[in-house]
Amino acid sequence: MKILRYLKTDIGGMITLGLLALVTIIVPICNLLVPETSGLHVSTFTMTLLGKYLCYGLLAISVDLIWGYLGILSLGQGAFFALGGYAMGMYLMRQIGSRGVYGNPLLPDFMVFLNWQHLPWFWHGFQWFWFAMLMVVLVPGLLAAVFGWFAFRSRVTGVYLSIMTQALTYALMLAFYRNEMGFGGNNGLTDFKDILGFSLQTDATRAGLFIASGLALAAGYLSCLYITRSRLGKLSTAIRDQEDRVRFIGYRVENIKLWIFTFAAILAGIAGALYVPQVGIINPNEFSPLASIEMVVWVAVGGRATLYGAVVGALLVNYAKSYLTVAMPDAWLFALGALFVLVTLLLPRGITGLLRKKEANR
Amino acid sequence: MVLLSSRWRCRLLCFLTILLLPVLGVVSSQAADGTTQFEQDVALLVHGNFRQKETAMDKIAAGNDPRAEQLLRALLGGKLYRVKKDGTPVYVTGTGSRVSITAVLSGKDLGTVKKRTLKKITINNRLRGKLRGELALLGLRSPDPGKRLAAVNKLMTSLNPESIKVLEQLIKTETNGKVRKELLTARAIVMLKDPDSNTRLQALTDLEGNLRPTVKNELARLLDREKDKKVRQKGEAVLASINAKIALYNTIEKIFFGLSLGSVLVLAAIGLAITFGVIGVINMAHGELIMLGAYTTYVIQQFMPASIGLALVLAIPAAFIVSGLAGILIERTVIRFLYGRPLETLLATFGISLILQQSVRTIFSPLNRSVSSPAWMSGSLQLNPVLSLTVNRLTILVFALLVFAALYMILKKSAIGLQVRAVAQNRSMARAMGIRAARVDALTFGLGSGIAGIAGVALSQLTNVGPNLGQSYIIDSFMVVVFGGVGNLWGTLVGGLTLGVANKFIEPWTGAVLAKILILVFIILFIQKRPQGLFPQKGRAGAAS
Repeated sequence: MKILRYLKTDIGGMITLGLLALVTIIVPICNLLVPETSGLHVSTFTMTLLGKYLCYGLLAISVDLIWGYLGILSLGQGAFFALGGYAMGMYLMRQIGSRGVYGNPLLPDFMVFLNWQHLPWFWHGFQWFWFAMLMVVLVPGLLAAVFGWFAFRSRVTGVYLSIMTQALTYALMLAFYRNEMGFGGNNGLTDFKDILGFSLQTDATRAGLFIASGLALAAGYLSCLYITRSRLGKLSTAIRDQEDRVRFIGYRVENIKLWIFTFAAILAGIAGALYVPQVGIINPNEFSPLASIEMVVWVAVGGRATLYGAVVGALLVNYAKSYLTVAMPDAWLFALGALFVLVTLLLPRGITGLLRKKEANR
Repeated sequence: MVLLSSRWRCRLLCFLTILLLPVLGVVSSQAADGTTQFEQDVALLVHGNFRQKETAMDKIAAGNDPRAEQLLRALLGGKLYRVKKDGTPVYVTGTGSRVSITAVLSGKDLGTVKKRTLKKITINNRLRGKLRGELALLGLRSPDPGKRLAAVNKLMTSLNPESIKVLEQLIKTETNGKVRKELLTARAIVMLKDPDSNTRLQALTDLEGNLRPTVKNELARLLDREKDKKVRQKGEAVLASINAKIALYNTIEKIFFGLSLGSVLVLAAIGLAITFGVIGVINMAHGELIMLGAYTTYVIQQFMPASIGLALVLAIPAAFIVSGLAGILIERTVIRFLYGRPLETLLATFGISLILQQSVRTIFSPLNRSVSSPAWMSGSLQLNPVLSLTVNRLTILVFALLVFAALYMILKKSAIGLQVRAVAQNRSMARAMGIRAARVDALTFGLGSGIAGIAGVALSQLTNVGPNLGQSYIIDSFMVVVFGGVGNLWGTLVGGLTLGVANKFIEPWTGAVLAKILILVFIILFIQKRPQGLFPQKGRAGAAS
């Protein structure tokens, strides 16, 4: 198995995956089996919060894959995350059925509220879990493929590409805010009841989602590790460092970029799909440029071009966010802004860069 | 007994006055005892019966006393009274048992009195109808052309076949061209209903190209009932030409709105065109520098609430300095360490934008602040009945062009501009020639930021000033710069105005949000075709991409 061989050389990754495995096993046990009176009990709130962080970790890996290893700074990764989330949200909406406020067996509440008579065509099929899961992968993947095909073919690079991706997510945000789009306008999709027949309110379902997030993160990590260590990954690093030379040697740079960009988008979509049932809502805010750029700072804090760094960064920054937005709501944006400036100025390799021995310069 | 006698005295006086009136009135308007014709008419109006009131009314309306209009209006509105005791005609204001009164003739304030000491001057429905017509005509005879114009416009809604005589008469004496034109329109509208088909044809000729909504409605009504073939044809032609004209003006209006939106985009983007285009720095905090300019305007207005206009003018240099200094500070402390690493610059400046946003939120509260507009910027320029241009948008359009011209001159004609261009084209060569490139970088960044501040002053007149002001413009500004071609001021101008106009033309079909999305998609596709924008330019940024 190649992947095991790769993992052996990735010590930080081994530690991260080991800890991840531990958390994925222990937290649900502490939540479900340890009685609430015990000091070891993990509340459902904490478990859900941790599950959210794991989704962010997966998202951060997808950002790192294209930024750290391919040199594309996408300021629109949140768009793919949100699209995956919306696909999952649509499945969950259809599962509500006649239990909604208006009791319409076919139409979600917001459509009844808007006085719609028929289910829009793009809502069909989402009553099946498999179809929704297919869409979780297909929709972000297709969007990334189309966008990337246009962008990479005409060699839009660097800051231009960053701004284009930002415009993409901004346009989607504006579109999803519209009620006429059929995705619930600014309220988004919420009020979910159950997933695959299991109620979302029970601890067991929550634990299941938590485990799924942990597994997805591990799988995402390993697949990205595989990609970055394979020939494709070597090429992508080469493109990051000297795009023209790779092209002169005879490689089709745009195709390599397109594959990796699309794969990263799919990962982000999966992260979004796992995120939505845990937080219980998806709305157009997830498309906001700020959300996307926050993901970049996770990776920057953790350390570019190290996959485990991305995970560490996502956990740290989000923990800080959860803490600060409660303790000092005003201070969070100051802290985030300072983080951007300080990390780029003083810590270009991120936190994990401090721990690593100085590697050969890129 | 006393009461009775006083009452009788009053009646007697009235009777005598009425008796004497014809004699006095015909002979001269100045009576022997010093009372004017107007005063006598008023006395008759106040004391006489309905028939006498009518005569008095007619006389007052036909005369040219400046007090006439107020009097007739008060009569129509039921505000005209006479004091029971001595018969003085008064205007009444206020309600309840105690009211304040003003003398009709002298205009003197007579204080407040009990209402029951007054007697209302009543009129019947016939008089009321007549009074309305007379009031309209009174305005038509006013010496002030503005008042006459207003009176014609009012008359336009209540034309009847009898109006034509009055109109003919007025047209003969009218000297003001504008009023005359409206009078002719009014006459033509009446003539449309004339039984003689030739008169109707004449009316149609008069109405050709007239943009009044009333005219359009009248023509439509005429076509509904018209039997005569010739008149019909002509009517259809006239209506079609009017509709074509209206469509033309609507298009002009749309272009104006588009240019106005475009000028805002140009203002917001032009500073970015400098920092992004000339020195190749992506400044994500650009929007927040605009916001700083807007808040500067707000603060200066708070200091001098009495003179809003002066505050606004002062805010222009102040905002330039505040934002410019902030820009130089950012350049010196952060950006200069990141030259040549555009992606890192992007992230760092984004962090700065968050800090600036949150600072403003902490200092000024997260709520929107309203900046008031001076009087000379409000209102609109009514060019014709269907086309009006709002003055504040017009001002900002002109202002944007001025800022553009100033910036262009600075870059092309001044010494610092020359240095800026030199550093942009070939940094090492410029340094070899003795230009202090680092200083030029800082100054260029300061200049671009200062322009952003000025844009903020302009934006404060159009939208609410809040912490999110900058965020909503940053993506649009980048689009303008990218669309126009990086490093090219003309590109920014043309790009901004084009996007603004395009946006306004798409909007009616799709709604504002979808129009914006379509424009974004268009630019994304456009960049595929021409990655260097409309007007490609060589320079550090051009070479890098």
